[in-house]
Amino acid sequence: MTKIGLEIHCQLTKLASKLFCSCKAEYRNAEPNSNICPVCAGIPGSLPLLNKKAVEKAAMISLALGCTIPEKIGFFRKNYFYPDLPKNFQITQYNAYGPTSIGSDGKIEIEGKTIRIRRIQLEEDPGRLVYEGTSEKTMITLVDYNRAGTPLVEIVTEPDFETPKQVRMFLNVLADLVENIGVSDPYLEGAMRVDGNISEGDGNRVEIKNVGSFRDVEKALHFEITRQQSLVERGIAVVAETRHWDDARRITVSSRSKEDEQDYRYLPEADIPIVLIGNRSIEQIKTQMPESIVAKRERYIKKYGMPTQVADVLSSDRFYSDLFDKSHNETNAKEVSNIITTDLMGLADTREKKLELKITPKHITDLADAIMANKLTRNSGKSALHEMVKTGKSLADVMSSLDLGHVSDASSIEKVIDEVFQEEEKAVAEAKQNPDTINYLVGKVMRKTKGKADPATTLEILRKKLAG
Amino acid sequence: MNLGISATEFVSQVKEGTISVEEFVAKTLERIDKVDKKIHAFITVDSQNALDKAKAIDKKIKSKEKTGVCFGMPISIKDNICTAGLKTTCASKMLENFVAPYDATVTSQLKSEDAIIIGKVNLDEFAMGSTTEFSSFGPTRNPWNTEYVPGGSSGGSGASVAALECLASLGSDTGGSVRSPASFCSVVGLKPTYGLISRYGLVSYANSIEQIGPVAKTVEDVAFLLNIISGHDPHDNTTAKNPKIDYVKDLATGISGKKIGIISQMTGDGVDKEVASATNTAISKLQDLGAQCVPISLDAVEHSIAAYYTIAAAEASSNLSRYDNLRYGFDFGTEGYEFKAFISKARSNFGPEVIRRMLLGAFVLSAGYYGKYYLKAQKVRTMIKAQLDEAFKKVDYLISPTMPVLPFKVGEKIDDPLKLYLTDINTVTANLSGIPAISVPFAMSSSGLPIGIQLFANSFKEKELLQVAHALQGTTTLPEITP
Repeated sequence: MTKIGLEIHCQLTKLASKLFCSCKAEYRNAEPNSNICPVCAGIPGSLPLLNKKAVEKAAMISLALGCTIPEKIGFFRKNYFYPDLPKNFQITQYNAYGPTSIGSDGKIEIEGKTIRIRRIQLEEDPGRLVYEGTSEKTMITLVDYNRAGTPLVEIVTEPDFETPKQVRMFLNVLADLVENIGVSDPYLEGAMRVDGNISEGDGNRVEIKNVGSFRDVEKALHFEITRQQSLVERGIAVVAETRHWDDARRITVSSRSKEDEQDYRYLPEADIPIVLIGNRSIEQIKTQMPESIVAKRERYIKKYGMPTQVADVLSSDRFYSDLFDKSHNETNAKEVSNIITTDLMGLADTREKKLELKITPKHITDLADAIMANKLTRNSGKSALHEMVKTGKSLADVMSSLDLGHVSDASSIEKVIDEVFQEEEKAVAEAKQNPDTINYLVGKVMRKTKGKADPATTLEILRKKLAG
Repeated sequence: MNLGISATEFVSQVKEGTISVEEFVAKTLERIDKVDKKIHAFITVDSQNALDKAKAIDKKIKSKEKTGVCFGMPISIKDNICTAGLKTTCASKMLENFVAPYDATVTSQLKSEDAIIIGKVNLDEFAMGSTTEFSSFGPTRNPWNTEYVPGGSSGGSGASVAALECLASLGSDTGGSVRSPASFCSVVGLKPTYGLISRYGLVSYANSIEQIGPVAKTVEDVAFLLNIISGHDPHDNTTAKNPKIDYVKDLATGISGKKIGIISQMTGDGVDKEVASATNTAISKLQDLGAQCVPISLDAVEHSIAAYYTIAAAEASSNLSRYDNLRYGFDFGTEGYEFKAFISKARSNFGPEVIRRMLLGAFVLSAGYYGKYYLKAQKVRTMIKAQLDEAFKKVDYLISPTMPVLPFKVGEKIDDPLKLYLTDINTVTANLSGIPAISVPFAMSSSGLPIGIQLFANSFKEKELLQVAHALQGTTTLPEITP
């Protein structure tokens, strides 16, 4: 049987500052080594100052994953030499001498399967290494400390996964979860990193590192399972080691480094006093927790009779569910959810596109109401939405500039139909013989009216004319 | 001009207009120029800047502008406390050219009160040592007899004050590093309660036990400095949020009716005869002032040296990891080195005592040994604190000699680390427990070497501690240093 456990590093990207200093937590797009100060650059004499908000956010993740939060939390130093570590130790949490990390012993249900969470710890991200040069001889390593000290939460699961697909589903749920509680934007580059460990039967554990995306995690795990199974079949023992995912070759490669043998010489971080959390602050954090994805989904189904699939899609995405919650009312909920899940999500299918949307709840409310009042066809609605998200203009403006008003008076439509009959003699003849081809003519009418003609009226007149 | 006045006297004389700051600073610089060749208290002297500042302060005084309470007092700072624009070497080759981009909190507090940072003073490399012989830039010598060590690691602080090269100094005390040189150089040195003074800008050696501490000629001067540098600092999470206390006020309250415990483990076997006799004299003088002195036993003290060196070494091994010469340090290119080779090459520039403690520290933290050594040492620490808590239910103060021995000769113990470590037996207790302790100059040996008496009080009882120290200082008149 395959056993897979995960270590997920999730940056708390929604925080304003780093974990131990006031430098910005958002280091991306800054000049290398410009987002640093004596503390995060490890300048002699500087001292770490704990960002209390980071403790709160990490506690929220712990609560969301059903973990126990201890009365007191503490920090440890993990000592090892590496150029991306300004102090040559990382400030992290460590439970070997009693649980002092922000969370432990949690669980989460994924499609009926329970995944146990061993621990959650708050720690600082190291800097970033950039390799330059073409050959081994000319290769140089550049260090950018902008990322050093970024608040990071490490989530460690028990080896409860049996298939890479379960892992993928878990990661998607986890990403939605951290986004929903407003602690992280998991889709930012490098915001969520996953290491996996895999063993077959009673065999040795292999760790996989350096996997870039969730999709690659699944692929790397598949590759590794196949590799281990074929070794076992041939009677070769699996070596306990760390392997890196080679993105170019799509295989895992032995790291050759002896990282497993490394002794981190953990030591309590005396510069950061023990933090008392206590029941009262936990209760307070609980009140700050937004509605969970599960509860939201239930609410959508129960209150609005939303189809399960629509409720699933909508509740798991914080951005769209917020938009829904702000733009619907008792009467238009169904139409609003339709607009968001079928039209809007189609327009913004990537994170970048989502960020560019100039949409406000009012846009959605107005649009739903206009469609329901028959002032706009669903088709025209789609065009209006397209324009609104691009320009941010109001629905009224968009309707007049694109001339999207509904045409429903029979005489105007009849005029257009007459034109179509003249242009499409062959199709008309065919439709008379075979009523099923009538849609072609409907389409022509729609094109001429730019989708504004009321479909029901159009069909009625067409039928009448063909019969007559 | 008398450079031997106390810092407090200096302030009143400047206020009265009997001396000018510029003149005093200029004379002090002359003095440094003259005597420091022999004593080597300074690593860096900031002459020009000191003179410029002195002129500016004189001008402020003349034009009746508001002037900081130090009125241009020349102060030296141990070279492991950061000073923006002035080198902070930690007496190590690793930081030979390091100029901190910021001021330590204590540095900026002194500057904003118009103190003049006259220079940076010598120490054992990274404050690891008890004699200031382990400086990469050569040892500091005792101003009372230059063949002798000045104590350490803040030997430069003690010597510069004793040799009249400044009016006061800031040192750091990890296991006695302020009190040892205070005792050996016949000046006052305070190790405050852990958390009373900001460590922001103090280069860490053993961060869970060390504090910055003032060194000066009188207890009053120490109280004066403490008023400036104590208190909560938003840059240091380990500083306590206590209401501000005026340590100078009521200093002469007296000690009538106070109870003082004589620590048996620090006054018995192994204490030099002359030191023991001076201690007994001090005790009877305190009794004459109305205090009641009783023997008190703290048996956990017997494990204190082992616990101290375990904890300090463990923390040192981690604190000193950052010196890999990648981001700052000395002139040494990375070209052609693989990472590990570069690290070991760069770090071979540490001196022998630092290497010894880092190795010891790495060992006691390594897998399988943590429980056996580090955790055990922490237990001793808890035990010592508990015994002290008990003791302070019975007495107000504790007393012992600061150093069990008289100053010894340069080179005498440098090859025997264990012997050297054992001279810290009376001082490490205050660091392990966090309580304040002060060394007061009390006597001179027959050979003319200083003897200091150590007094302890409970955590954050510095005001009371300074009162008893002031009382003790008043019972004795000591010789002035000869020019």
